[in-house]
Amino acid sequence: MTGAILAPGSRRGAETMERAAVKGRSLWDDARRRLLHNRAAVASMILLAVFLAAAIVGPYLTPFRYDAINKSDVWAPPLTAGHLLGADALGRDLLARILIGLRVSLSIGVVATAVSLVIGVAWGATAGFLGGAADELMMRFVDVLYTLPFIFFVILLMVTFGRNFLLIFLAIGFVEWLTMSRIVRGQTLSLKQKEFVEAARAAGLSTPAIIGRHLVPNLLGPVVVYATLTIPAVILTESFLSFIGMGVQEPLTSLGTLISTGADEMDLAPWLLFFPAFVMVATLMAFNFIGDGLRDAIDPKDR
Amino acid sequence: MLRFFLRRLLVAVPTLFLVITLAFFMMRAAPGNPFETSRKLPPEILAHVEAEFGMNRPLGQQYVSYLAGVARGDFGPSLKYQGKSVLDIIAEGFPTSLTIGLSALVLGGLTGVALGVAAALRQNRALDYWVMSGAILGVCIPSFVTAPLLRQGLASDLGLVPTGGLNGPISLVLPVVVLALPQIAIISRLTRAGMIEVLRSNYIRTARAKGLPERVVIGRHALRAALLPLVSYLGPACAGLITGSLVVEKIFNLPGLGKSFVLGALERDYTVVMGVIILYATLIIALNLAADMMLAALDPRVRLS
Repeated sequence: MTGAILAPGSRRGAETMERAAVKGRSLWDDARRRLLHNRAAVASMILLAVFLAAAIVGPYLTPFRYDAINKSDVWAPPLTAGHLLGADALGRDLLARILIGLRVSLSIGVVATAVSLVIGVAWGATAGFLGGAADELMMRFVDVLYTLPFIFFVILLMVTFGRNFLLIFLAIGFVEWLTMSRIVRGQTLSLKQKEFVEAARAAGLSTPAIIGRHLVPNLLGPVVVYATLTIPAVILTESFLSFIGMGVQEPLTSLGTLISTGADEMDLAPWLLFFPAFVMVATLMAFNFIGDGLRDAIDPKDR
Repeated sequence: MLRFFLRRLLVAVPTLFLVITLAFFMMRAAPGNPFETSRKLPPEILAHVEAEFGMNRPLGQQYVSYLAGVARGDFGPSLKYQGKSVLDIIAEGFPTSLTIGLSALVLGGLTGVALGVAAALRQNRALDYWVMSGAILGVCIPSFVTAPLLRQGLASDLGLVPTGGLNGPISLVLPVVVLALPQIAIISRLTRAGMIEVLRSNYIRTARAKGLPERVVIGRHALRAALLPLVSYLGPACAGLITGSLVVEKIFNLPGLGKSFVLGALERDYTVVMGVIILYATLIIALNLAADMMLAALDPRVRLS
């Protein structure tokens, strides 16, 4: 991987060659360094780490359970009756509900993205690697799916199979794989023709070794970047479904469901909208900053 | 050009067919039926009602006769609203949805392009950072957050515009703004990226070198090429607006088509759901087709590949 460092900027390359003993930095070392210099991305990673920890252990630490109804605390404002962020129309603690909602939204985001990742990478890499008629056919299929009004089908899926938690994962994952497959396919196609692949072949490397050592690491960058940007898109889709009443069902909740009830009761209890909306927007922004930061770090050409 | 068009049309028609087929069978696979959502009917009455709408026949037969109806432009009667056909419901709701959708598209397009160009011309300076930060906010703050906040602030507290309902053009201001915000964000990002790339190209240097005023270089030479990516965004923008309209029509209580769709899906009003899906799918497919054609007309590279 030292070669990657030597290629651009001939003067520095020559200098490095003179001191051959200097340890080369790998592509990923470089990317990590660049990412850590990106303040927005680092702050976002810290924030997400905090949110993730809160979503995992938080619900066990709150004094109230997320579905515990307290008749005396109906619409308790923040910081009253022991409710840090207030309570909803049934007197349920908002903090506990936000933590559960965050957990649900984050897990839907990660799992649905994983689903889209598996389908998209497999589909795109196959098409790109096979090339020719198979590629044409497979990508035409993606083109056709691309033009469908997908949100309607997700809604129909929800209607058909009830509001099953697992199904929300799958349905959204099935919608989001298309772009991933296009990216992977394009990347595979162009990588296949690169000189370094030719060089590896000339050097006698076997096909699996070329795929493993040269294609996959180069594919990984764009895939990681796009996956990071898919997570907030998925969270948004789930929240949208919950908002129009087709997502996660009571008493379980997601950030979208919380925002939906918050919007309805905004005149009486504005905190029911503010806090969930804040957590949601902060989460989405953090993912976007990390995604952008990763893109700049992995593919500095675009900067 | 004609061959290009025909080839794309050859894909568009089966796509629409696929949409209709998928939607038909998914809708029918849903548990429950349109006649029993609020109360249980005695089996004889249910059988009678179903027979009246031809729903006692085998599903395959119903599918074929539905397709035949659609081909004739007959989308059948609504199963929930007595005496109303699906076309009546579409005729009632579509004008509202179309108005807010188109207005949001125009508002989003004009504002987004203006902001994107301004940011690109002052790349890495204060204005650029402001526009791009705003764009990130616009992408990350969902419409179901902006809508209630704006409604509370501008409608309830300040009383500048109505809080909801359809009451003259003023009642559409907030819905259009809410729908347009994410589009402004996306379009300004696309425009900025396109513009920055174009401004680096050789022909722009040539244009400047031969002494053209900056206004002409930007307005006539750079903008044209920079806006090409926007053409292919037309289809996704339309899909985004339709999705957004489901939210906006709910929050602002507008009698649009999005509302009919969500209600129809929940109440198993099969024919209404199918009608709305077919209409919107046709719209999106047609727009994608139009975008492809426009791109091919504007950019010879697309035609050749």
